[in-house]
Amino acid sequence: MAPTDPHTRPHTEVDMPDTPLLSMRGIVKEFPGVRALDGVDLDVVEGEVHCLLGQNGAGKSTLIKVLAGAHRPDAGEVTFAGEVVSFASPQAADAAGIATIHQELDLVPGISVADNVMLGHEPARFGFTRDRAAEETTAALLRRLGHPEIRPRRELGRLSAAGQQVVSMARALARDARLIVMDEPSAVLDPEEVRNLFRVIRELTADGVAVVYISHRLEEIREIGDRVTVLKDGRTVARNLSARDTPTAEVITLMTGRSIEYVFPERTGGPPGDVVLDVEGLGRPGEFTDVSFSVREGEIVGLAGLVGSGRSEILETVYGARKAAAGTVRVEGKALRPGSVPAAVRAGLGLAPEERKSQALLLGEPVYRNVTLSAMSRFARSGFVREDAERDAARTETARLDVRPADVRRPARTLSGGNQQKVVLARWLLQGCKVLLLDEPTRGVDVGARSEIYALIRELAASGVAVVVVSSEVPEVLGLADRVLVVREGRVVHSAPADELDEGRVLDLVMEGAHV
Amino acid sequence: MSDRTPVSPPTPTGAHGPELSKTGAPAADEHQRVERAAREAGGDSAAGRLLDSGAGRNLGLVAVMVLLGVVGAVTAGERFLSVPNLLTVLTQASIIGVITVGVTFVIIGGGIDLSVGKVMALSSVWATTVATQAYGPLVMVLCALLVGAGAGLVNGLLIAYGRIVPFIVTLAMLISAQGLAEQISGRRSQIVTDPTIAGIATTRLLGIPLLIYIFAVVVALGWVLLNRTTFGRRTFAIGGNSEAARLAGLNVRRHTAALYVLSGLCCGIAAIMIASLTTTGSSTHGTLYELDAIAAVIIGGTLLTGGRGTLIGSILGVLVFTTITNLFVLNNLATEVQNIAKGAIIVVAVLIQARARRADP
Repeated sequence: MAPTDPHTRPHTEVDMPDTPLLSMRGIVKEFPGVRALDGVDLDVVEGEVHCLLGQNGAGKSTLIKVLAGAHRPDAGEVTFAGEVVSFASPQAADAAGIATIHQELDLVPGISVADNVMLGHEPARFGFTRDRAAEETTAALLRRLGHPEIRPRRELGRLSAAGQQVVSMARALARDARLIVMDEPSAVLDPEEVRNLFRVIRELTADGVAVVYISHRLEEIREIGDRVTVLKDGRTVARNLSARDTPTAEVITLMTGRSIEYVFPERTGGPPGDVVLDVEGLGRPGEFTDVSFSVREGEIVGLAGLVGSGRSEILETVYGARKAAAGTVRVEGKALRPGSVPAAVRAGLGLAPEERKSQALLLGEPVYRNVTLSAMSRFARSGFVREDAERDAARTETARLDVRPADVRRPARTLSGGNQQKVVLARWLLQGCKVLLLDEPTRGVDVGARSEIYALIRELAASGVAVVVVSSEVPEVLGLADRVLVVREGRVVHSAPADELDEGRVLDLVMEGAHV
Repeated sequence: MSDRTPVSPPTPTGAHGPELSKTGAPAADEHQRVERAAREAGGDSAAGRLLDSGAGRNLGLVAVMVLLGVVGAVTAGERFLSVPNLLTVLTQASIIGVITVGVTFVIIGGGIDLSVGKVMALSSVWATTVATQAYGPLVMVLCALLVGAGAGLVNGLLIAYGRIVPFIVTLAMLISAQGLAEQISGRRSQIVTDPTIAGIATTRLLGIPLLIYIFAVVVALGWVLLNRTTFGRRTFAIGGNSEAARLAGLNVRRHTAALYVLSGLCCGIAAIMIASLTTTGSSTHGTLYELDAIAAVIIGGTLLTGGRGTLIGSILGVLVFTTITNLFVLNNLATEVQNIAKGAIIVVAVLIQARARRADP
């Protein structure tokens, strides 16, 4: 355990007891158009719980993927147990003694619990699996984790999310890992299960295992963590802070202090017009409850919240892509049929979804066909498409949004993230939509193109479109929106004009239980 | 012969230059990225355009056809190259060809239809019962079309609205259509007594059998539907990315159901053709046609996962298989060897396509 000196001042490093088990230095990882990691340092010593903090997009997930051997860094050095290592594959990291419990559980739903725990390391004799041995080992591990009720023979897919989490933990334990990375392990657990998780973590660390713990819940970090490393925009901004004694305000400042300046256009135009979109009492069991808000002509409303808070689900339900269990959505006073996207589109709604490539684009098709997808029938005479008219219309819209390259016959796949997003926006401009729903509009868009997208969104609003923006990046919501709704655990917990809020306040509302 | 929409001449890459400078001062990396994207697209080169066009993508199949022609000319000479023999090949291809048109739509739309052969058998039986034949040829044709489209509708509704996997639904349809056909016919071949229906196969216009005309018309209509209409465009969109199509406001379920109806309709047309050619309606018609049709679609370059494909490719696929059969018959070779050859061709064709796709940017 790292000593926690009560007099440690914020920003000073906690003394390190001995040479670190894991040391990462200057890790750089680039993806096309994005520098996800831009020089990250991380030190983890034996027997400590090291917390990794940072906003969405700060690079936490990329960093642990580098650590787990899923990504190879473009630069930097990783030292593990005194040796410089370079994991070519997840198997290599696994063999070295690093186990990762990913946020999206990497388990096989169709096979038994025991088979999952032993996957890749099945006890066998002469090539025959020894199921009894596997089941006994698994049962012992599950008992240790405080879940003797999970039967090793049970099919994994039949367990609850929390149960699967436990199995994932058991799998890490079965490897005798020296370092276990846990990516938001508490997200799917109830308080009792979190307490259990913490007990197990304490047992592990007492045995000298190191844990890298990622969570958005600051209170948890205070309870279980020893030291904290803060990431922002792909860089380490503070390392080895005391998990217990660093003031929350300090941590939030570290997480939010900007090094990259986003350029948000000035708010223009007079007061917003009439209410266009009116959402009342919207709910879906297990996702969100009693969500009400309205958006006026020319207004931008932002939904701030963490992944899993229900913000994307709310947007998709408004759009009809998910069927509302309760409540109504009205566009210009007329109620929409729940669960019908065509009805929503006819009424003038448009959605730019979160996963642009898998949810919005036909990547192999030319740009113009992507632009005209929703308005196709307008370019058809008795069912026959007039491609010239179609291409001309697409050209007009893409030129208006300055999509580059300008050739609309190019496959959508060949465009950059920012230009792909513009193609999606062009689709809705062509359709003539009155309400634009934007889910993470700048995800995968590089910094330069972001300002362009922001300006575009503002311009659309100024032309009378009602806009709803969902983003996990608080500055984006604050910079773009006129009004902000904060969503936490499926409820709108706060609503205020954007200029009455600041980043720290929103983050505080977004992250449950952190008191500034 | 291009199966894709013709495109206007490509803009030279250089044309982006002045445009960029006009629109202010983009960041340096933006410049680089745009140019990189332009290079990667590769669609600007003549070769790239050709490869992307239908004719280009079917070049391999055309080569195979030429090769088969040469083999035929060498091994069977006049007997192969004669007009009557070529008409025989086309006639043999006509029935499976009509079915393949429907299957191509379903597969491009992201589905699969295993039931086609037996839906055709069921249609042929239903249209040739003594009761149906009593109403005359028009009702017989209508009956075949309705039974085919009806079976397709059941498939489509179960898949699109019942959310059952297409493989399972159409497999179940294959089995039950076979059963129903056997029940209606009492497992006997029903003789076509109506002279009009029986006469279709023997009628020739300008020396060419009517069956070939039907085949050609169905292919032409199918081509127009796939490449020139909103229906075809939506088929590609839904097969390519059904979630994106759904979120763009397309009625994905209704369209999916319609694709299976279309496939069933093609089976109905084929049923009349086979009833005429064999002068029987029988539950044994169309056995394994589903596999022949799917094989033709695959070697025709259509992605089994949907979203990409050409009708012309599928038809070339049908012609390749029929020509092989013809060559084996002319050379008195065993059908067993013929099936081995067909299997090998499928594997080779798919391997070549996989290579070509990997070369794509």
